[in-house]
Amino acid sequence: MSFFAMRNLKEMLRDKLNLFFGLAFPLLILFLLFLLNRNIPAQAGMTLFHLENLTPGVAVFGLSFVSLFGGMLIARDRSEAFLLRLYSSPLRAGDFLTGYTLPLLPLCVGQGICCFAAAFALGLRCSVGNFLLCLAVLLPAAVLFIGIGLLCGSCMTDKQVGGICGALLTNLSAWLSGTWFSLDLFGAAGKRIAYCLPFANAVDAARAAVGGDYGAIPGKLWIVAVYAAVLFAAAVLVFSRNRSSGRV
Amino acid sequence: MNAIELCGLTKKFGRRTVVDGLTLSVGEGELFALLGVNGAGKSTTIRMLSGVLTPDAGDARIMGASILTELQKVKSVINVSPQETAVAPNLSVFENLVLIFGVYGADKAAAKKAASDSISEFGMAEIQNQRAKTLSGGWQRRLSIAMALITQPKVLFLDEPTLGLDVLARRELWREIEKLRGKMTVVLTTHYLEEAEALSDRIGILVSGRLTAVGTAEELKKRAGKANFEDAFVALATGGTEA
Repeated sequence: MSFFAMRNLKEMLRDKLNLFFGLAFPLLILFLLFLLNRNIPAQAGMTLFHLENLTPGVAVFGLSFVSLFGGMLIARDRSEAFLLRLYSSPLRAGDFLTGYTLPLLPLCVGQGICCFAAAFALGLRCSVGNFLLCLAVLLPAAVLFIGIGLLCGSCMTDKQVGGICGALLTNLSAWLSGTWFSLDLFGAAGKRIAYCLPFANAVDAARAAVGGDYGAIPGKLWIVAVYAAVLFAAAVLVFSRNRSSGRV
Repeated sequence: MNAIELCGLTKKFGRRTVVDGLTLSVGEGELFALLGVNGAGKSTTIRMLSGVLTPDAGDARIMGASILTELQKVKSVINVSPQETAVAPNLSVFENLVLIFGVYGADKAAAKKAASDSISEFGMAEIQNQRAKTLSGGWQRRLSIAMALITQPKVLFLDEPTLGLDVLARRELWREIEKLRGKMTVVLTTHYLEEAEALSDRIGILVSGRLTAVGTAEELKKRAGKANFEDAFVALATGGTEA
């Protein structure tokens, strides 16, 4: 990893709030909902909080915090003129993009592994193969959230990033993912809208991987992949335009 | 050979011309101050010379390389200490220095060696493991300048290096800047008159993006017919209307 990418990784890992929200908070949610599920009578037929459904949902929810990490880092680098210093260095446009993106990918994978490790400890039954497949299926969602962070960080202040990525996006991805409650509760139109967005599709694809329903994965994953590609491309465009115009 | 040659350098933001046809030469090893009030175009000039902004007209050559056509070559021989401290807040002093040397293409071992040397040179041994965000304003500035110097640039741009510092921290930084005289070409922007007078070989007065006068502090005082530099600056900056 380059000096710049390593710096970005250190900046994020050394921020205690990042660690809490990125790692501890999703695990806490997983544990609380696991406890909640134990008190739901079997006759209720409520399977949403069963570990095989809950874990992929929490894994996707955890990824939404990656947008916050990336976005905050870039926005702060802009506001504190650190980017200005680097713009006058020999770093090229590609170095900036890989430098901000590369450290986030291992963070996403690490987050997924921690989430599943906690779920296994709580009693999740899933083969190693399906677990690894699920990590792979989560990658387009990871790129999606990294792209959103890069985009927001490139055109917003750190306070705005905190609001958009920290509050709005995490809530949006939680509410519209079908992790906390069934999307049927939104009604037919609401459910259709939720499935036009990437969050519920990402969770469904991850659930299909955990459950070994391999045929269901591509139909969900392509929607996530398209959103990821479009948002990441938009982020690259905005960042590159800012850089070439000297806007920080 | 001149280290820096500006030829009609111009920058507009919308309809506003921020830097207007700047033509100037700075010799190798010279410590040159660009003096002007807020909004005079000093930082914009530095941003163009360091490749952050593209000029709308004109060109500049740094150590013979054009900022329009040979930007990567220019970037390899310059370094900048921006107006803001611009340090990586969660990295230690040592790590900040390693990062910058690495970004300029050095390998890890060379970067660590250069960082250690820089820490000794700037008297930062006691704070080398401290995270940058925990340093005082004065130490952050010193680190910022050390980060700009670690790559041993041929041309160094210091944009308002003592802005917001108390008198003691400012004087301490002046001593560091004075040590650079003759070792490399330094372009310093400031709106502190005493700073320009105390540190620089020559001073250029920038008013509304235009260079109204260039010379040593003594030459500028003589030209304005004033005994002290502040009166001379006011006379030259206002064309004599406020003198």
